Amino acid sequence: MLQYIVKRFLMMIITLLIIVTLTFILMHSVPGSPFNEERGTNATIQANLEAHYHLDEPLYVQYFIYLKSIVTFDFGPSIKQPTSSVNDLLSRGFPISLELGLVSITVAIISGILLGIIAALRHNGMIDYIAMTIAVLGISIPNFILATQLIQTFAVYFKILPAATWSSPMHMILPTLALATGPMAIIARLTRSSMLEVLTQDYIKMAKAKGLSPVKIVFKHALKNALMPVVTILGTLLAGILTGTFVLEQIFAIPGMGKYFVESINTRDYPVIMGTTVFYSAFLILMLFLVDVVYGLLDPRIKLHTKEGES
Amino acid sequence: MSLLSEKQKNSSPSIPDEWFSPLNKQKQDAEKLTRPSLSYWKDAWQRLVKNKLAMTGLLFLVFLAIMAVFGPILSPHSVTDINLPNQNQLPSSTHWFGTDELGRDVFTRTWYGARISLFVALMAALIDFTIGIIYGGISGYKGGKTDNMMMRIVEILYGLPYLLVVIMLLVVMGPSLTTIIIALSVTGWVGMARIVRGQVLQLKNLEFVLASKSFGTKTIRIIRKNLLPNTMGPIIVQMTLTIPSAIFAEAFLSFLGLGIQAPFASWGVMANDALGTILSGHWWRLFFPAFFISATMFAFNVLGDGLQDALDPKLRE
Repeated sequence: MLQYIVKRFLMMIITLLIIVTLTFILMHSVPGSPFNEERGTNATIQANLEAHYHLDEPLYVQYFIYLKSIVTFDFGPSIKQPTSSVNDLLSRGFPISLELGLVSITVAIISGILLGIIAALRHNGMIDYIAMTIAVLGISIPNFILATQLIQTFAVYFKILPAATWSSPMHMILPTLALATGPMAIIARLTRSSMLEVLTQDYIKMAKAKGLSPVKIVFKHALKNALMPVVTILGTLLAGILTGTFVLEQIFAIPGMGKYFVESINTRDYPVIMGTTVFYSAFLILMLFLVDVVYGLLDPRIKLHTKEGES
Repeated sequence: MSLLSEKQKNSSPSIPDEWFSPLNKQKQDAEKLTRPSLSYWKDAWQRLVKNKLAMTGLLFLVFLAIMAVFGPILSPHSVTDINLPNQNQLPSSTHWFGTDELGRDVFTRTWYGARISLFVALMAALIDFTIGIIYGGISGYKGGKTDNMMMRIVEILYGLPYLLVVIMLLVVMGPSLTTIIIALSVTGWVGMARIVRGQVLQLKNLEFVLASKSFGTKTIRIIRKNLLPNTMGPIIVQMTLTIPSAIFAEAFLSFLGLGIQAPFASWGVMANDALGTILSGHWWRLFFPAFFISATMFAFNVLGDGLQDALDPKLRE
């Protein structure tokens, strides 16, 4: 187990290094220097500015300076908003994004699992059919489309929920709904199929034979094993939710990280784009790592370090 | 039969006649195959046809493909025709899906958008398919150290957040049809490579491959003729499921302003343009692109599910 964690940790570091290197290469393949457009600079000022940001050093030196700043969590200044650094934007926006993301994934997990269980228990019945149609629909409708239709229905037409911003629980309903539906559908399908598999196993028959109530069988015995596949895709789902926040924060005017990110894309504010990309990637890769480790700890049937072929 | 029983009767008179009974003609044909034998593909097709949801999806996609080709011709308005007096008109007999804020016909733009969205998705899927098959095929067939190395690379690429990498590439390369397809393919082939590799790994030790090897067949030919055709089922399923995610990615990028540039339209661009007018009640501008993105993804998803059931009989139980 320890061997597996160490191996997985090294992989994580390599992936992070690749992301950082990639952002560095991409940032430097953009033509022009950040100070070219500025008016009123003469050659001396330009040289001073370049020296200040180490742009006059050879590339490999710049690379190591960049690496060092990433490791020390310093993503540099924003070009378009000179008063704030990328770190400021991150510390301002990330807590809100995190809140949106956490609320959504919680809603998605709980409702997805419940939907999956109900569908599995009523296998091939009407409820199963309806639940799975809802699930395929949920997977098919992109979150930003869902968001716009939710606004149109609940905010514009019925006028019962606020259309935008992030200030009260009422404001949280629509963004959460838009963001949680996709992952919920995926979780529901997965829970259903693994639940169906688990329900045929001997120990469930045994529990039935003992006369346990269906509720106890499902929640105490079946669910534990049925949820293993759900744990494995949590990382991927988190990635989806995270990228989902980019557009949803834009649509709902939520002042989170995603809003700054999209703005920085539109204004081509490279340090912000690169900084947030690195930050988000690091966050995601860390999450994937944690999910894998948790999975290894949860399922005693898996001895991860002995398994070589599958991965 | 009758000859034999005649003979038996003669040779053994001790057996009384009533012990013999006439042969049941129906039983005679019991071993005969009444249906023509089905190939794998015919069998899969028959099963797919029975799946109503999947067939609905397939029909919708055929309809969409036809309309993507002929839709813009059906309408008298061009995609980029700006007609300011006619801005934001409700759907009517002249503008079937209404018009947008520049008076452009939403009907024409919707089908034009279908062209772009489907083209991007199909190209991305095709590139994923090609790279994935070559990479996965070699990795699975070679095995050992080569496989290990190649799969380490895949694992690292798999860990990269897909959309973030795509966004970054597009920011640098500049948004256009070609760059979107390239950006989507850079990390998109990884899933396909994993599936192909897993399949090849399972198949390569079977007897028919051994037989082929003992005839001295070249590696490339074994992969191409023996292994790949047998992995086609999962590959096709993977492709039908790659396409909706590519459609999603394209719409998502357009929504971020990294998609197809004006005056041309993809569904994502149209939805993004319409977002600003959402509070003024011009519902048709958002509804049509939104509906077609969702319906297309739905169709591909149910078709993919149907194909999975049809192509892999083991899974159905």
